[in-house]
Amino acid sequence: MDKFSAHVNSIICLHHTPIQHSIQGLLRIQNIFLSKGRLAKKTSVSEHSGVLFETLGGHALNWLNFAIFLPILYAVFIPFFYKKIPRIHTGWFVFPIPLVLFIYLATFIPGVANDHVFTQTVYWIPSIGINFVTYLDGLSLILALLITGVGALVILYSVYYLSMKRESLHHFYIYLLLFMGAMLGVVLSDNLMVLYLFWEMTSVSSFLLIAFWYQRDKSRYGAQKSLLITVFGGIAMLAGFIMLYAMTGTWSLRDIIGQAGELSDATLFIPAMILILLGAFTKSAQFPFHIWLPDAMEAPTPVSAYLHSATMVKAGIYLVARFTPLFGGDATWFWVVSTVGLITLFWGSFTAVRQTDLKALLAYSTISQLGMIMSMLGIGSAALYFDGGSDSFKYTSLAVLAALFHLVNHSTFKGALFMVVGIVDHETGTRDIRRLGGLMTIMPITFTFAAIGSFAMAGLPPFNGFLSKEMFFSSVLRAAELGIFNMETFGLLFPIIAWLASVLTFVYCMILVFRTFTGKYKPEKLEKNAHEAPLGMLIPPGILVSFVIVIFFFPQTLADYILNPAVQAVLPLPIETNAEYYTNITAWHGWHAPELWMTVAVVVLGSVLFLYLRKWQGVYALFPREWSFNSAYNAMLVGSEKGSQRLTGSYMTGYLGHYLAYIFVFIILSVAATIFATNGFVIDTSNDASVNLYEMILIGIIAVAAVAIIFAKSRITAIILNGVLGYMVAIFFVIFRAPDLALTQLVIETVSAALFLLCFYFLPEWKEEKISRKMKSFKLALSIGVGTLITLITLSIQGNRLFDSISVYFEDAYELAGGKNIVNAILADFRAFDTMLEILVLCIAGLGVYTLIKLTSTEGGDKRESE
Amino acid sequence: METLMALLTGLLFAVGTYMVISRNFIRIILGTAIYSHGAHLLLITMGGLKGGAAPLLGQGNDLYVDALPQALILTAIVINFGVTAFFLVLAYRSNKELGTDDLYHLRGNKDE
Repeated sequence: MDKFSAHVNSIICLHHTPIQHSIQGLLRIQNIFLSKGRLAKKTSVSEHSGVLFETLGGHALNWLNFAIFLPILYAVFIPFFYKKIPRIHTGWFVFPIPLVLFIYLATFIPGVANDHVFTQTVYWIPSIGINFVTYLDGLSLILALLITGVGALVILYSVYYLSMKRESLHHFYIYLLLFMGAMLGVVLSDNLMVLYLFWEMTSVSSFLLIAFWYQRDKSRYGAQKSLLITVFGGIAMLAGFIMLYAMTGTWSLRDIIGQAGELSDATLFIPAMILILLGAFTKSAQFPFHIWLPDAMEAPTPVSAYLHSATMVKAGIYLVARFTPLFGGDATWFWVVSTVGLITLFWGSFTAVRQTDLKALLAYSTISQLGMIMSMLGIGSAALYFDGGSDSFKYTSLAVLAALFHLVNHSTFKGALFMVVGIVDHETGTRDIRRLGGLMTIMPITFTFAAIGSFAMAGLPPFNGFLSKEMFFSSVLRAAELGIFNMETFGLLFPIIAWLASVLTFVYCMILVFRTFTGKYKPEKLEKNAHEAPLGMLIPPGILVSFVIVIFFFPQTLADYILNPAVQAVLPLPIETNAEYYTNITAWHGWHAPELWMTVAVVVLGSVLFLYLRKWQGVYALFPREWSFNSAYNAMLVGSEKGSQRLTGSYMTGYLGHYLAYIFVFIILSVAATIFATNGFVIDTSNDASVNLYEMILIGIIAVAAVAIIFAKSRITAIILNGVLGYMVAIFFVIFRAPDLALTQLVIETVSAALFLLCFYFLPEWKEEKISRKMKSFKLALSIGVGTLITLITLSIQGNRLFDSISVYFEDAYELAGGKNIVNAILADFRAFDTMLEILVLCIAGLGVYTLIKLTSTEGGDKRESE
Repeated sequence: METLMALLTGLLFAVGTYMVISRNFIRIILGTAIYSHGAHLLLITMGGLKGGAAPLLGQGNDLYVDALPQALILTAIVINFGVTAFFLVLAYRSNKELGTDDLYHLRGNKDE
């Protein structure tokens, strides 16, 4: 017992010592509570890591790492609940997890609002600097609260949405919990490698969730597509992370951002930026990587609501926001992020209008809204370029605030809309707009939610989308006036594209509400008799839409507690300048504000376009399906498959001769190139032994016999010629004073010749090879090449003797081994191990020959062989 | 002598290569046999062909030829014989089972 407590004490002691190195296998936890106090704010960004370290006793109760692992660990118990307690819907057992995590994370709000950050370290691979380091600041907190909050609502919703009898719920909730833990890991990790780990975990769990109904072809197609695209981006991002590591020598995000100013001239700076952006764009479904999102709609609706609107697609947004302090302020970053965002915004809203499936419409609207957030982050990154206090700074930093504000808003209304569509699907059996209509009176509550969500998305008051859209307009309008990054040239396009996209957004929002809920009720086209959803299903969207309204009326509370600390994380600037942008989020900009008139124009033109939709829908025929990005993706997939098949088929012919030709050509080219590159070829005949006539004749015989084998008309000639070769070699051994070799060679040549003859008796007659003259000359060239190469190498070695032989040692054979025959002494004494294995080779060959001859595969023999 | 032997082994390797790239099983085995002759001659040549007595002690001689390459070649000859024997029986057996010794026909099944 004493020993045990001593051990515990030692662990506790370790907690309090600053640890540099770690002993493997011992899990240690280090909690740090950092105060980014007002004093520290005066220091510049590069001294970021030098801020006050205060380890407060009370506040050290910090279980951030555990919060990440709780859902993942809890997933282990899901099958138990599913199998042992089948009467209760498994979702009820899952529901407390995100709720508890939400409450736990909410306790950090006051700390974060006071500019504190929290971090905790659990050592994993300290020797290469990879540890589970969590880092909670305003930006992480927003996403963590969304993940757990929307997560809890989605699980509640799924309890009513998924049938207990028909669905394999344990799979569903395991995947969902894995996803939740991974997503928390992404937003809370400070270590880039760990961030990447969780990033790929979200891809994989999303893949599993999309293919939840794996019996359907479309689900599998969608899952595969999303996995391919997001993992492609993930790998690119990993490469970017490694480049960052190469530049900075640390995996820690905070430390890397701390070095921000010093990195911008590094050669790897731009490649790392582009690769990381690839990761962010694929995950957040930005143009042209947006194509996986609509296909991911084959997932159950709770999954679509959770992953593909509120959380996973925001991972890319998070990444861009997170890296803004590092890359922002650079023209490349500004242009890439804001233009890709704007293109996505426009293309998403444009394509959403043509959709007939409600979920596809929502998918494209998600793409469009993500593009909007992305473009605002791009514009906001320019703020790092200005000194605080200037007007440009004020408006560009406003863009960041708008982006984060819209991030929250979008999660609320899009989550609610997906749930509403799920309810419609659940209660009518279809999501096709053409078959729906007139559900307003039948499903009044659902209709209310849909209307609130859609109007918020369209940017109408009194909903939160209005506020963020107004801020969006202000920031694009001011961006057009920026005097940097050549904004003079294309700057005007920013507000125009943004405004057009808003008009289209308004149109599809109206389609969503009015085509589904007004018009004529068509019961004959529906699979079920429509009726209002059960209460439990209505609660989660109800909570979300109430947020939509509450945020409109009290935006400042949200801004003070959560958004401003997050802006502080994205634009880490001294506190005095920050006071400048602590502007109030207001619904009313006054009659003179252009934003107001832009919104009015959006509503007017949007309504006109919606009413005359049929008239102008022909525009979409200009973009036929064959030219879509989907068909490009499919063509790429099929093309790469066919291409690689063709490539492999072109050289993997199945003919031994071809493969040997590749090998020989490669050997000739590589060795010859090496010889000539190193000037290794030497001819030195000074050490040659003398030649007498007798030897000349022998060499002549061998040469003639060898060449004659090629031209042998019958196989018996060939065998005899081969025998001649063998015996001549034996005679050479005699001349070269190798009696043992000569003896062995004679015997073995005789036995081999006998074997050849024996075998030939059973083989078909030797035929003339019918090959083309071209092929024959190629063979000849190849053979001459190989022969020349061997000669060249031999001569070069001959001319490059480096040291004398060690055989003098073996000449003491009699003293050392008691034998007078040196060769035999070597074989049986000095190097007897070789001989033993050579005997083994003979044994194996003998056994092989025996089995080949004895085991016949007649009808019954097949069976014996397989036994 | 060494230069001549280098040319000779080059020739043997050329012939071996020509034989090995063919569609007839037996030609290939003969090719490997020629390769092995070439390799053995190459080994002994590399050991040096300068005169000297056979590596047998007690013959009243001071200078011996290098014994180490001879031991290596002896090992190689035996291993080569084992492989050739197995190879020949394989040819016999595959011809018996599949009815051909033409490598253009021995390309596996379509569904492989």
